[in-house]
Amino acid sequence: MAKEYKTIKTELRLPYELAYGATWTRFFEGMKEKKIYGNKCPKCGRVLVPARSFCPRCFVDMGEWIEVSQEGKLVAWCYTNYRYFGMPTEPPFIGALINLDGTDVNFLHLIGGFDLSNFDEVRKIVKNGMKVRAEWQDDRNAHIMDIRYFKPL
Amino acid sequence: MGRPVAIIGVGQTYHGKRMDVSYPELVREAVMAVFKDTGLSPEDIDGVVSGTMPSMMEGIALTHFYLADAMQSAGKPIMKTETCGSTGVSIAHTAYYWVASGLADLILAVGHEKMNEGDSQATMTTVAEPFYQRYFISGAPGVFSMQSQMWTVRYGISEEKVRDAAAFISVTHHEDAFDNPYAHIKMKVSMDDVKNARIITYPVRLLDVCPNSDGACAVIFASEEMVKKLNRKPAWVKGVGYRGDEYFFGDSDKAVWESAAQAAKEAYKQAGIKNPRKELDVAEVYNPFTFQEMLFYECFGFCGPGESPDLVLKGTFTRNGELACDPSGGTLCTNPIGATGLIRVAEAALQVTGRAGAHQIPGAKLALAHAMGGVDQFNGIMILGSKL
Repeated sequence: MAKEYKTIKTELRLPYELAYGATWTRFFEGMKEKKIYGNKCPKCGRVLVPARSFCPRCFVDMGEWIEVSQEGKLVAWCYTNYRYFGMPTEPPFIGALINLDGTDVNFLHLIGGFDLSNFDEVRKIVKNGMKVRAEWQDDRNAHIMDIRYFKPL
Repeated sequence: MGRPVAIIGVGQTYHGKRMDVSYPELVREAVMAVFKDTGLSPEDIDGVVSGTMPSMMEGIALTHFYLADAMQSAGKPIMKTETCGSTGVSIAHTAYYWVASGLADLILAVGHEKMNEGDSQATMTTVAEPFYQRYFISGAPGVFSMQSQMWTVRYGISEEKVRDAAAFISVTHHEDAFDNPYAHIKMKVSMDDVKNARIITYPVRLLDVCPNSDGACAVIFASEEMVKKLNRKPAWVKGVGYRGDEYFFGDSDKAVWESAAQAAKEAYKQAGIKNPRKELDVAEVYNPFTFQEMLFYECFGFCGPGESPDLVLKGTFTRNGELACDPSGGTLCTNPIGATGLIRVAEAALQVTGRAGAHQIPGAKLALAHAMGGVDQFNGIMILGSKL
Protein backbone atom coordinates (compact mmCIF):
# COMPACT_ATOMS: atom_id res chain seq x y z
CA MET A 1 0.00 0.00 0.00
CA ALA A 2 3.05 2.23 -0.07
CA LYS A 3 2.60 3.07 -3.72
CA GLU A 4 0.65 6.18 -4.65
CA TYR A 5 -2.01 5.66 -7.32
CA LYS A 6 -3.70 8.32 -9.37
CA THR A 7 -7.00 9.91 -8.37
CA ILE A 8 -9.56 12.04 -10.23
CA LYS A 9 -11.04 15.22 -8.79
CA THR A 10 -14.72 15.72 -9.46
CA GLU A 11 -17.50 17.90 -8.10
CA LEU A 12 -21.29 17.92 -8.03
CA ARG A 13 -23.38 21.06 -7.78
CA LEU A 14 -27.08 20.67 -8.36
CA PRO A 15 -29.77 23.35 -8.18
CA TYR A 16 -33.02 22.65 -6.30
CA GLU A 17 -36.20 24.55 -5.58
CA LEU A 18 -38.02 22.99 -2.62
CA ALA A 19 -41.74 23.66 -2.04
CA TYR A 20 -42.49 24.88 1.49
CA GLY A 21 -46.26 24.37 1.36
CA ALA A 22 -48.67 26.59 3.27
CA THR A 23 -47.47 25.88 6.81
CA TRP A 24 -43.74 26.51 6.39
CA THR A 25 -44.58 29.55 4.23
CA ARG A 26 -46.64 31.04 7.04
CA PHE A 27 -43.97 30.15 9.62
CA PHE A 28 -41.25 31.91 7.62
CA GLU A 29 -43.49 34.92 6.87
CA GLY A 30 -43.74 35.17 10.66
CA MET A 31 -39.94 35.28 10.92
CA LYS A 32 -40.00 38.37 8.73
CA GLU A 33 -42.30 40.04 11.28
CA LYS A 34 -40.15 38.91 14.24
CA LYS A 35 -42.69 36.29 15.27
CA ILE A 36 -42.07 32.63 16.06
CA TYR A 37 -45.12 30.56 15.19
CA GLY A 38 -46.05 27.21 16.58
CA ASN A 39 -49.33 25.36 16.48
CA LYS A 40 -51.30 23.04 18.68
CA CYS A 41 -52.28 19.44 18.03
CA PRO A 42 -56.04 19.04 18.57
CA LYS A 43 -55.51 15.45 19.69
CA CYS A 44 -52.49 15.35 22.03
CA GLY A 45 -52.62 19.07 22.88
CA ARG A 46 -48.89 19.57 22.39
CA VAL A 47 -47.67 22.93 21.10
CA LEU A 48 -45.10 22.26 18.39
CA VAL A 49 -42.56 24.74 17.06
CA PRO A 50 -41.83 25.36 14.21
CA ALA A 51 -45.52 25.05 13.22
CA ARG A 52 -46.38 21.85 11.33
CA SER A 53 -49.14 20.86 8.96
CA PHE A 54 -49.72 17.60 10.87
CA CYS A 55 -48.80 16.15 14.26
CA PRO A 56 -45.94 13.67 13.81
CA ARG A 57 -47.32 11.49 16.62
CA CYS A 58 -51.13 11.70 16.16
CA PHE A 59 -51.05 12.06 12.34
CA VAL A 60 -53.96 14.54 12.47
CA ASP A 61 -53.99 18.04 10.98
CA MET A 62 -52.62 20.60 13.42
CA GLY A 63 -55.04 23.11 14.93
CA GLU A 64 -54.77 26.60 16.39
CA TRP A 65 -51.76 28.76 15.46
CA ILE A 66 -49.90 30.27 18.40
CA GLU A 67 -47.28 32.97 18.43
CA VAL A 68 -44.91 31.35 20.90
CA SER A 69 -42.62 33.04 23.39
CA GLN A 70 -39.30 34.38 22.16
CA GLU A 71 -37.76 33.36 25.45
CA GLY A 72 -36.93 29.91 26.62
CA LYS A 73 -34.59 27.62 28.48
CA LEU A 74 -31.38 26.13 27.12
CA VAL A 75 -31.77 22.34 27.00
CA ALA A 76 -28.61 21.27 25.16
CA TRP A 77 -25.82 22.97 23.25
CA CYS A 78 -22.66 22.25 21.42
CA TYR A 79 -19.74 24.50 20.63
CA THR A 80 -18.69 23.68 17.08
CA ASN A 81 -15.11 24.28 16.14
CA TYR A 82 -14.52 22.50 12.86
CA ARG A 83 -15.50 23.07 9.28
CA TYR A 84 -16.86 21.01 6.41
CA PHE A 85 -17.40 21.83 2.74
CA GLY A 86 -20.36 24.16 2.25
CA MET A 87 -21.05 24.52 6.01
CA PRO A 88 -23.91 27.01 6.14
CA THR A 89 -22.93 28.55 9.48
CA GLU A 90 -19.50 30.05 10.12
CA PRO A 91 -17.62 28.33 13.00
CA PRO A 92 -17.10 28.73 15.85
CA PHE A 93 -20.81 28.65 16.66
CA ILE A 94 -23.07 27.13 19.29
CA GLY A 95 -25.95 24.99 18.04
CA ALA A 96 -28.59 24.59 20.71
CA LEU A 97 -31.89 23.02 21.64
CA ILE A 98 -34.11 25.59 23.30
CA ASN A 99 -37.39 24.93 25.03
CA LEU A 100 -39.40 28.06 24.20
CA ASP A 101 -41.80 28.91 27.03
CA GLY A 102 -45.18 27.23 26.63
CA THR A 103 -44.07 24.77 23.93
CA ASP A 104 -43.71 20.99 24.15
CA VAL A 105 -40.74 20.35 21.86
CA ASN A 106 -37.24 21.81 21.64
CA PHE A 107 -36.44 24.44 19.02
CA LEU A 108 -33.10 24.11 17.27
CA HIS A 109 -31.10 27.32 16.72
CA LEU A 110 -27.94 29.16 17.79
CA ILE A 111 -26.78 30.67 21.08
CA GLY A 112 -24.77 33.85 20.67
CA GLY A 113 -24.37 37.53 21.40
CA PHE A 114 -21.03 37.14 23.18
CA ASP A 115 -17.43 36.41 22.20
CA LEU A 116 -17.11 32.84 20.95
CA SER A 117 -13.42 32.90 20.12
CA ASN A 118 -12.18 31.52 23.46
CA PHE A 119 -13.89 28.34 24.57
CA ASP A 120 -12.89 28.68 28.23
CA GLU A 121 -14.72 32.01 28.36
CA VAL A 122 -17.71 30.51 26.54
CA ARG A 123 -17.88 27.69 29.07
CA LYS A 124 -18.27 30.24 31.89
CA ILE A 125 -21.26 31.89 30.17
CA VAL A 126 -23.23 28.98 28.75
CA LYS A 127 -25.12 26.87 31.29
CA ASN A 128 -27.82 24.30 30.69
CA GLY A 129 -31.16 25.59 31.90
CA MET A 130 -30.24 29.26 31.46
CA LYS A 131 -32.82 31.69 30.03
CA VAL A 132 -32.28 32.92 26.48
CA ARG A 133 -34.12 35.32 24.18
CA ALA A 134 -34.29 35.63 20.38
CA GLU A 135 -32.26 38.44 18.78
CA TRP A 136 -33.39 39.37 15.27
CA GLN A 137 -31.56 40.49 12.15
CA ASP A 138 -32.38 44.01 10.94
CA ASP A 139 -32.67 42.76 7.39
CA ARG A 140 -35.08 39.80 7.38
CA ASN A 141 -35.87 37.49 4.45
CA ALA A 142 -38.53 35.09 5.77
CA HIS A 143 -35.74 32.66 6.69
CA ILE A 144 -34.72 30.68 9.78
CA MET A 145 -31.63 32.89 10.08
CA ASP A 146 -33.86 35.97 10.52
CA ILE A 147 -33.25 35.07 14.15
CA ARG A 148 -29.59 35.96 14.54
CA TYR A 149 -29.26 33.76 17.65
CA PHE A 150 -30.69 33.34 21.13
CA LYS A 151 -28.89 35.49 23.64
CA PRO A 152 -28.45 34.63 27.34
CA LEU A 153 -30.59 36.88 29.57
CA MET B 1 -39.86 -15.09 14.10
CA GLY B 2 -39.75 -16.87 10.75
CA ARG B 3 -37.68 -20.00 10.10
CA PRO B 4 -34.20 -20.21 11.68
CA VAL B 5 -31.41 -18.19 10.05
CA ALA B 6 -27.68 -18.23 10.69
CA ILE B 7 -24.60 -16.36 9.60
CA ILE B 8 -22.19 -18.86 8.07
CA GLY B 9 -19.33 -16.62 7.05
CA VAL B 10 -17.96 -13.09 7.10
CA GLY B 11 -15.41 -11.08 5.16
CA GLN B 12 -13.88 -7.70 5.84
CA THR B 13 -11.46 -5.42 4.05
CA TYR B 14 -8.46 -3.91 5.75
CA HIS B 15 -10.17 -0.67 6.74
CA GLY B 16 -8.43 2.66 6.55
CA LYS B 17 -7.58 5.27 3.97
CA ARG B 18 -7.64 3.00 0.95
CA MET B 19 -6.61 5.16 -1.96
CA ASP B 20 -4.79 2.09 -3.32
CA VAL B 21 -8.07 0.68 -4.66
CA SER B 22 -11.14 1.96 -6.49
CA TYR B 23 -14.50 1.63 -4.74
CA PRO B 24 -15.58 -1.57 -6.60
CA GLU B 25 -12.15 -3.11 -5.92
CA LEU B 26 -12.56 -2.37 -2.23
CA VAL B 27 -15.99 -4.03 -2.17
CA ARG B 28 -14.67 -7.04 -4.10
CA GLU B 29 -12.01 -7.49 -1.41
CA ALA B 30 -14.75 -8.10 1.22
CA VAL B 31 -16.86 -10.26 -1.11
CA MET B 32 -13.84 -12.43 -2.02
CA ALA B 33 -13.08 -12.77 1.70
CA VAL B 34 -16.57 -14.10 2.53
CA PHE B 35 -16.43 -16.57 -0.35
CA LYS B 36 -13.03 -17.72 0.85
CA ASP B 37 -14.36 -18.02 4.40
CA THR B 38 -17.37 -20.13 3.37
CA GLY B 39 -16.03 -21.99 0.36
CA LEU B 40 -19.08 -20.79 -1.56
CA SER B 41 -19.10 -19.13 -4.98
CA PRO B 42 -21.27 -16.40 -6.47
CA GLU B 43 -23.51 -18.96 -8.24
CA ASP B 44 -24.57 -20.39 -4.84
CA ILE B 45 -26.11 -17.07 -3.76
CA ASP B 46 -29.87 -16.48 -4.14
CA GLY B 47 -29.85 -12.70 -3.69
CA VAL B 48 -27.77 -9.69 -2.66
CA VAL B 49 -28.48 -6.90 -0.18
CA SER B 50 -26.27 -3.84 -0.29
CA GLY B 51 -26.16 -0.53 1.53
CA THR B 52 -24.29 2.68 2.25
CA MET B 53 -24.89 5.82 4.21
CA PRO B 54 -25.99 8.69 1.93
CA SER B 55 -24.98 7.50 -1.53
CA MET B 56 -23.35 10.78 -2.36
CA MET B 57 -20.50 10.07 0.05
CA GLU B 58 -18.44 9.12 -3.03
CA GLY B 59 -20.31 11.39 -5.46
CA ILE B 60 -22.01 8.45 -7.16
CA ALA B 61 -25.71 7.79 -6.63
CA LEU B 62 -27.23 4.37 -5.89
CA THR B 63 -23.89 2.63 -5.62
CA HIS B 64 -25.41 -0.87 -5.75
CA PHE B 65 -25.48 -0.39 -9.53
CA TYR B 66 -21.84 0.70 -9.65
CA LEU B 67 -20.88 -2.17 -7.35
CA ALA B 68 -22.98 -4.87 -9.06
CA ASP B 69 -19.97 -6.66 -10.53
CA ALA B 70 -17.95 -6.43 -7.32
CA MET B 71 -20.87 -8.08 -5.49
CA GLN B 72 -21.53 -10.56 -8.32
CA SER B 73 -25.21 -9.62 -8.32
CA ALA B 74 -25.90 -9.90 -12.06
CA GLY B 75 -28.70 -12.35 -12.75
CA LYS B 76 -29.91 -12.20 -9.14
CA PRO B 77 -32.41 -10.14 -7.16
CA ILE B 78 -30.65 -7.17 -5.53
CA MET B 79 -31.92 -4.84 -2.83
CA LYS B 80 -30.50 -1.73 -1.29
CA THR B 81 -31.23 -0.82 2.31
CA GLU B 82 -30.23 2.61 3.52
CA THR B 83 -30.87 3.92 7.03
CA CYS B 84 -27.97 6.30 7.55
CA GLY B 85 -25.52 5.11 10.23
CA SER B 86 -27.68 2.10 11.05
CA THR B 87 -27.47 0.90 7.43
CA GLY B 88 -25.18 -2.02 8.28
CA VAL B 89 -27.60 -3.51 10.79
CA SER B 90 -30.51 -2.80 8.44
CA ILE B 91 -28.73 -4.74 5.67
CA ALA B 92 -28.32 -7.64 8.11
CA HIS B 93 -32.01 -7.39 9.03
CA THR B 94 -33.02 -7.37 5.35
CA ALA B 95 -30.92 -10.45 4.62
CA TYR B 96 -32.32 -12.13 7.74
CA TYR B 97 -35.95 -11.37 6.77
CA TRP B 98 -35.32 -12.70 3.28
CA VAL B 99 -34.02 -16.06 4.50
CA ALA B 100 -36.46 -16.26 7.45
CA SER B 101 -39.36 -15.80 5.03
CA GLY B 102 -38.43 -19.02 3.26
CA LEU B 103 -37.97 -17.27 -0.08
CA ALA B 104 -34.19 -17.69 -0.15
CA ASP B 105 -31.57 -20.03 1.35
CA LEU B 106 -28.35 -18.06 0.90
CA ILE B 107 -28.22 -14.26 0.92
CA LEU B 108 -25.10 -12.14 0.54
CA ALA B 109 -25.19 -8.90 2.55
CA VAL B 110 -22.62 -6.23 1.71
CA GLY B 111 -22.05 -2.90 3.46
CA HIS B 112 -19.54 -0.43 2.08
CA GLU B 113 -18.28 3.12 2.23
CA LYS B 114 -15.29 5.04 0.94
CA MET B 115 -15.39 8.06 3.16
CA ASN B 116 -12.02 9.46 2.21
CA GLU B 117 -13.21 10.15 -1.32
CA GLY B 118 -15.60 12.92 -0.31
CA ASP B 119 -16.38 15.27 2.57
CA SER B 120 -18.12 13.05 5.09
CA GLN B 121 -19.66 15.72 7.31
CA ALA B 122 -20.86 17.75 4.33
CA THR B 123 -22.50 14.61 2.94
CA MET B 124 -24.02 13.59 6.24
CA THR B 125 -25.45 17.01 6.89
CA THR B 126 -27.56 16.60 3.74
CA VAL B 127 -29.80 14.24 5.72
CA ALA B 128 -31.10 17.41 7.39
CA GLU B 129 -33.40 19.62 5.32
CA PRO B 130 -31.82 22.88 4.15
CA PHE B 131 -34.34 25.36 5.61
CA TYR B 132 -34.32 24.62 9.34
CA GLN B 133 -32.05 22.02 10.93
CA ARG B 134 -29.09 22.04 8.54
CA TYR B 135 -27.83 25.39 9.87
CA PHE B 136 -27.40 24.16 13.40
CA ILE B 137 -26.49 20.49 13.60
CA SER B 138 -22.88 20.72 12.36
CA GLY B 139 -22.64 17.15 11.11
CA ALA B 140 -22.64 14.09 13.29
CA PRO B 141 -20.46 15.39 16.14
CA GLY B 142 -22.80 18.32 16.81
CA VAL B 143 -25.88 16.16 17.18
CA PHE B 144 -24.21 13.58 19.39
CA SER B 145 -22.56 16.23 21.55
CA MET B 146 -25.92 17.83 22.29
CA GLN B 147 -27.40 14.45 23.10
CA SER B 148 -24.57 13.43 25.40
CA GLN B 149 -24.84 16.70 27.18
CA MET B 150 -28.60 16.39 27.70
CA TRP B 151 -28.05 12.95 29.20
CA THR B 152 -25.27 14.12 31.53
CA VAL B 153 -27.36 17.00 32.83
CA ARG B 154 -30.53 14.88 33.14
CA TYR B 155 -28.92 12.36 35.46
CA GLY B 156 -26.75 14.83 37.32
CA ILE B 157 -23.50 13.19 36.26
CA SER B 158 -20.56 15.48 37.00
CA GLU B 159 -18.67 16.87 34.05
CA GLU B 160 -15.38 15.51 35.45
CA LYS B 161 -16.72 12.00 35.89
CA VAL B 162 -18.26 11.73 32.43
CA ARG B 163 -15.09 13.22 30.93
CA ASP B 164 -12.96 10.61 32.72
CA ALA B 165 -15.24 7.75 31.71
CA ALA B 166 -15.29 8.87 28.06
CA ALA B 167 -11.49 9.12 28.09
CA PHE B 168 -11.27 5.63 29.60
CA ILE B 169 -13.45 4.29 26.76
CA SER B 170 -11.19 5.95 24.20
CA VAL B 171 -8.03 4.54 25.80
CA THR B 172 -9.34 0.96 26.09
CA HIS B 173 -10.87 0.82 22.59
CA HIS B 174 -7.71 2.21 20.99
CA GLU B 175 -5.82 -0.50 22.88
CA ASP B 176 -8.29 -3.17 21.69
CA ALA B 177 -7.89 -2.15 18.05
CA PHE B 178 -4.30 -3.43 18.06
CA ASP B 179 -5.68 -6.98 18.28
CA ASN B 180 -8.08 -6.50 15.37
CA PRO B 181 -6.24 -7.02 12.07
CA TYR B 182 -8.89 -5.06 10.15
CA ALA B 183 -9.11 -1.96 12.41
CA HIS B 184 -8.27 1.44 10.94
CA ILE B 185 -6.79 3.48 13.80
CA LYS B 186 -4.06 1.76 15.74
CA MET B 187 -2.49 4.18 18.16
CA LYS B 188 -1.64 4.28 21.83
CA VAL B 189 -3.52 7.01 23.65
CA SER B 190 -3.43 8.03 27.31
CA MET B 191 -6.20 9.52 29.45
CA ASP B 192 -4.44 12.89 29.23
CA ASP B 193 -4.14 12.66 25.44
CA VAL B 194 -7.92 12.28 25.18
CA LYS B 195 -8.76 14.95 27.75
CA ASN B 196 -6.42 17.50 26.17
CA ALA B 197 -7.22 16.76 22.54
CA ARG B 198 -8.61 19.52 20.33
CA ILE B 199 -12.30 20.32 20.83
CA ILE B 200 -14.39 19.25 17.83
CA THR B 201 -17.84 19.94 19.24
CA TYR B 202 -17.73 20.38 23.00
CA PRO B 203 -17.68 18.14 25.03
CA VAL B 204 -16.42 15.91 22.21
CA ARG B 205 -12.68 16.12 21.52
CA LEU B 206 -10.69 14.64 18.67
CA LEU B 207 -9.94 11.31 20.41
CA ASP B 208 -13.61 10.90 21.38
CA VAL B 209 -14.50 10.70 17.67
CA CYS B 210 -14.31 7.89 15.11
CA PRO B 211 -12.22 8.29 11.94
CA ASN B 212 -13.34 8.55 8.32
CA SER B 213 -12.66 5.05 7.01
CA ASP B 214 -12.79 3.28 3.67
CA GLY B 215 -14.00 -0.27 4.06
CA ALA B 216 -16.47 -2.99 3.23
CA CYS B 217 -17.94 -5.99 4.97
CA ALA B 218 -19.70 -9.01 3.49
CA VAL B 219 -21.77 -11.55 5.42
CA ILE B 220 -23.63 -14.65 4.20
CA PHE B 221 -26.97 -15.52 5.83
CA ALA B 222 -28.20 -19.11 5.46
CA SER B 223 -31.24 -21.22 6.17
CA GLU B 224 -31.02 -24.12 8.67
CA GLU B 225 -31.03 -26.58 5.78
CA MET B 226 -28.01 -24.87 4.21
CA VAL B 227 -26.17 -24.71 7.55
CA LYS B 228 -26.51 -28.51 7.80
CA LYS B 229 -25.69 -29.12 4.16
CA LEU B 230 -22.57 -26.96 4.21
CA ASN B 231 -21.55 -28.17 7.67
CA ARG B 232 -20.60 -24.65 8.79
CA LYS B 233 -20.27 -23.44 12.37
CA PRO B 234 -23.28 -21.12 12.55
CA ALA B 235 -23.99 -17.89 14.40
CA TRP B 236 -27.74 -18.12 14.82
CA VAL B 237 -29.90 -15.01 14.65
CA LYS B 238 -31.67 -15.06 18.02
CA GLY B 239 -33.48 -11.75 17.80
CA VAL B 240 -33.76 -8.51 15.85
CA GLY B 241 -35.15 -5.12 16.82
CA TYR B 242 -35.36 -1.83 14.96
CA ARG B 243 -37.02 1.42 16.01
CA GLY B 244 -37.10 5.01 14.77
CA ASP B 245 -37.90 8.39 16.28
CA GLU B 246 -39.72 11.33 14.71
CA TYR B 247 -37.68 13.33 12.21
CA PHE B 248 -37.02 16.62 13.97
CA PHE B 249 -34.17 16.47 16.47
CA GLY B 250 -36.05 18.52 19.08
CA ASP B 251 -39.27 16.50 18.87
CA SER B 252 -38.27 13.56 21.05
CA ASP B 253 -36.29 13.01 24.21
CA LYS B 254 -32.75 11.95 23.38
CA ALA B 255 -31.60 11.55 27.00
CA VAL B 256 -34.25 8.87 27.56
CA TRP B 257 -33.80 7.43 24.10
CA GLU B 258 -36.83 5.33 23.26
CA SER B 259 -35.73 4.14 19.81
CA ALA B 260 -32.56 2.61 21.29
CA ALA B 261 -34.31 1.15 24.33
CA GLN B 262 -37.25 -0.28 22.39
CA ALA B 263 -35.09 -1.79 19.62
CA ALA B 264 -33.11 -3.65 22.31
CA LYS B 265 -36.26 -4.66 24.17
CA GLU B 266 -37.75 -6.22 21.04
CA ALA B 267 -34.55 -8.12 20.23
CA TYR B 268 -34.27 -9.35 23.85
CA LYS B 269 -37.87 -10.54 23.79
CA GLN B 270 -37.24 -12.62 20.67
CA ALA B 271 -33.97 -13.97 22.08
CA GLY B 272 -35.47 -14.66 25.52
CA ILE B 273 -32.95 -12.39 27.24
CA LYS B 274 -34.03 -11.09 30.66
CA ASN B 275 -30.78 -9.75 32.12
CA PRO B 276 -28.60 -8.56 29.24
CA ARG B 277 -25.52 -7.71 31.34
CA LYS B 278 -25.46 -11.24 32.75
CA GLU B 279 -26.60 -13.19 29.73
CA LEU B 280 -24.68 -11.47 26.93
CA ASP B 281 -21.00 -12.32 26.57
CA VAL B 282 -20.10 -9.58 24.09
CA ALA B 283 -21.75 -6.44 22.79
CA GLU B 284 -20.61 -4.69 19.64
CA VAL B 285 -22.20 -1.32 20.39
CA TYR B 286 -22.09 1.31 17.64
CA ASN B 287 -19.82 3.88 19.26
CA PRO B 288 -18.70 6.64 16.91
CA PHE B 289 -18.44 8.89 20.00
CA THR B 290 -17.17 7.84 23.43
CA PHE B 291 -19.87 9.74 25.32
CA GLN B 292 -22.66 8.17 23.33
CA GLU B 293 -21.42 4.65 24.04
CA MET B 294 -22.32 5.12 27.71
CA LEU B 295 -25.82 6.26 26.84
CA PHE B 296 -26.28 3.08 24.79
CA TYR B 297 -25.21 0.88 27.73
CA GLU B 298 -28.12 2.37 29.65
CA CYS B 299 -30.63 2.19 26.78
CA PHE B 300 -29.77 -1.48 26.32
CA GLY B 301 -30.31 -2.24 29.99
CA PHE B 302 -26.67 -3.04 30.78
CA CYS B 303 -27.18 -0.75 33.78
CA GLY B 304 -29.61 1.85 35.09
CA PRO B 305 -29.86 5.43 33.80
CA GLY B 306 -26.91 7.58 34.85
CA GLU B 307 -24.97 4.58 36.17
CA SER B 308 -22.72 3.87 33.19
CA PRO B 309 -19.79 6.25 33.89
CA ASP B 310 -19.08 4.61 37.27
CA LEU B 311 -19.24 1.12 35.77
CA VAL B 312 -17.04 2.16 32.84
CA LEU B 313 -14.40 3.44 35.25
CA LYS B 314 -14.61 0.15 37.17
CA GLY B 315 -13.84 -1.76 33.96
CA THR B 316 -17.21 -3.54 33.76
CA PHE B 317 -17.30 -3.19 29.95
CA THR B 318 -13.66 -3.83 29.05
CA ARG B 319 -12.47 -7.03 27.38
CA ASN B 320 -11.86 -8.70 30.73
CA GLY B 321 -14.89 -7.13 32.36
CA GLU B 322 -18.33 -8.52 33.13
CA LEU B 323 -19.70 -7.67 29.67
CA ALA B 324 -17.07 -7.05 27.00
CA CYS B 325 -18.15 -4.15 24.81
CA ASP B 326 -16.49 -3.51 21.45
CA PRO B 327 -13.47 -5.79 21.89
CA SER B 328 -12.78 -5.11 18.20
CA GLY B 329 -12.00 -1.48 19.03
CA GLY B 330 -15.46 -0.70 17.68
CA THR B 331 -16.68 2.14 15.53
CA LEU B 332 -14.44 4.52 17.47
CA CYS B 333 -11.40 3.05 15.69
CA THR B 334 -13.01 2.06 12.35
CA ASN B 335 -15.97 3.72 10.69
CA PRO B 336 -16.71 3.10 7.00
CA ILE B 337 -20.31 4.02 7.78
CA GLY B 338 -22.36 1.85 5.38
CA ALA B 339 -20.23 -1.13 6.44
CA THR B 340 -19.95 -0.27 10.12
CA GLY B 341 -23.21 -1.82 11.39
CA LEU B 342 -22.51 -4.98 9.37
CA ILE B 343 -19.00 -5.10 10.85
CA ARG B 344 -20.68 -5.09 14.30
CA VAL B 345 -22.79 -8.07 13.15
CA ALA B 346 -19.74 -9.83 11.63
CA GLU B 347 -17.71 -9.31 14.80
CA ALA B 348 -20.58 -10.66 16.92
CA ALA B 349 -20.75 -13.71 14.61
CA LEU B 350 -16.99 -14.28 14.91
CA GLN B 351 -17.24 -14.07 18.70
CA VAL B 352 -20.04 -16.64 19.13
CA THR B 353 -18.32 -19.05 16.73
CA GLY B 354 -14.98 -18.67 18.53
CA ARG B 355 -13.25 -17.24 15.46
CA ALA B 356 -12.40 -13.70 16.61
CA GLY B 357 -8.68 -14.45 16.92
CA ALA B 358 -6.63 -12.20 19.18
CA HIS B 359 -9.68 -10.30 20.42
CA GLN B 360 -11.80 -13.40 21.09
CA ILE B 361 -13.77 -13.27 24.35
CA PRO B 362 -13.20 -16.81 25.71
CA GLY B 363 -16.28 -18.99 25.50
CA ALA B 364 -18.57 -16.29 24.07
CA LYS B 365 -21.99 -17.77 23.26
CA LEU B 366 -24.34 -14.81 23.01
CA ALA B 367 -23.56 -11.45 21.42
CA LEU B 368 -25.34 -8.21 20.62
CA ALA B 369 -24.66 -6.12 17.51
CA HIS B 370 -26.00 -2.59 17.18
CA ALA B 371 -26.00 0.42 14.91
CA MET B 372 -27.53 3.89 15.08
CA GLY B 373 -28.33 6.40 12.37
CA GLY B 374 -29.94 9.62 11.24
CA VAL B 375 -30.05 12.82 13.27
CA ASP B 376 -30.28 10.53 16.32
CA GLN B 377 -33.28 8.93 14.68
CA PHE B 378 -32.77 5.18 14.16
CA ASN B 379 -31.51 2.21 16.18
CA GLY B 380 -31.14 -1.41 15.13
CA ILE B 381 -30.08 -4.52 17.08
CA MET B 382 -29.25 -8.09 16.12
CA ILE B 383 -28.59 -10.80 18.72
CA LEU B 384 -26.46 -13.76 17.63
CA GLY B 385 -25.94 -17.01 19.50
CA SER B 386 -23.90 -20.18 19.15
CA LYS B 387 -26.99 -22.34 19.70
CA LEU B 388 -30.30 -22.32 17.86
